[in-house]
Amino acid sequence: MVNDGSPDGTSRAARDAGAIVLDLPCNLGIGGAVQTAFLYARDGGYDALARIDADGQHEIEDIPRVLEPVLSGRVDAAIGSRFLGETEYRASIPRIFGIRHFRSLVNVFTGYRVTDPTSGFFAVNRRLIEFYSAHYPSDYPEVDAYILMHRLRAQTAEVPVRMYPRAEGKSSITLFRAMYYMVKVTLSFLINCIRRFG
Amino acid sequence: MTRITILSVCLSVVLLLYILEMVRRRRLREEYSILWLFGSGVILLLSIKQSWLIYLAQAVGIAYPPSFLFLIGILFIMLILIHFSIAISKLYQMNKRMAQDIALLKRESEKDG
Repeated sequence: MVNDGSPDGTSRAARDAGAIVLDLPCNLGIGGAVQTAFLYARDGGYDALARIDADGQHEIEDIPRVLEPVLSGRVDAAIGSRFLGETEYRASIPRIFGIRHFRSLVNVFTGYRVTDPTSGFFAVNRRLIEFYSAHYPSDYPEVDAYILMHRLRAQTAEVPVRMYPRAEGKSSITLFRAMYYMVKVTLSFLINCIRRFG
Repeated sequence: MTRITILSVCLSVVLLLYILEMVRRRRLREEYSILWLFGSGVILLLSIKQSWLIYLAQAVGIAYPPSFLFLIGILFIMLILIHFSIAISKLYQMNKRMAQDIALLKRESEKDG
């Protein structure tokens, strides 16, 4: 578990429950926090990494389903989609608009056919662990990750997963930030198309 | 000398001395002081040699010379702000790497201890 600088009891509770906890000394934002896990996995020599939200949105029981295509070597990355299969998930209007926008963006620029481009429920193999350890977008990384995977010619697959409304806390994407989010992600997506990765 | 000339010379000398003093006291890094020193130097020069300002303004086709001074000022401020944005981005990257390393090292020390 990566604790992105939160001073509440989450870190201690996770530790007491037996989790390996990486405590960041200050808040880095989602991309920087997730990258810490990639660094840990890289240094620890892990073959695969699965990522879920800590706010109860993702179904822990679905982890094996997301890991399977990666562990079997069929794909480099598997992404959990809340829109595949039967779903009770109901997105708000701005979110639906945003998801449609990013779907076409990903499809036009990478050729990947995705249903849930902003999903943070994914699993990646060793190759992507190493790449993301060096290059992972600092904030709102999910959509950008598609361009990075495309540049690596990575194989991806979407897997149906269950997602729930968050149990605790506020979303990092409030209505107020939605516009900024759209513009920022679109811009960094386009820049990643023409960026060099050494 | 007109009053505005005296005023602008005084102000740019004060600015120049202030920046030099900040560098001397190590409150401002030499790296960042170069742009400021250059900027205040240009202002001082154009305050003293107003004929140069008029000449330069005419050369680029600006009828009202003080506008040329504003143009230089705005360009200089933009340049320095872009420089700051780059510096902040670099600091962010360094800060991120260090925070991540601290988290990983803390985990290492917990495991051993």
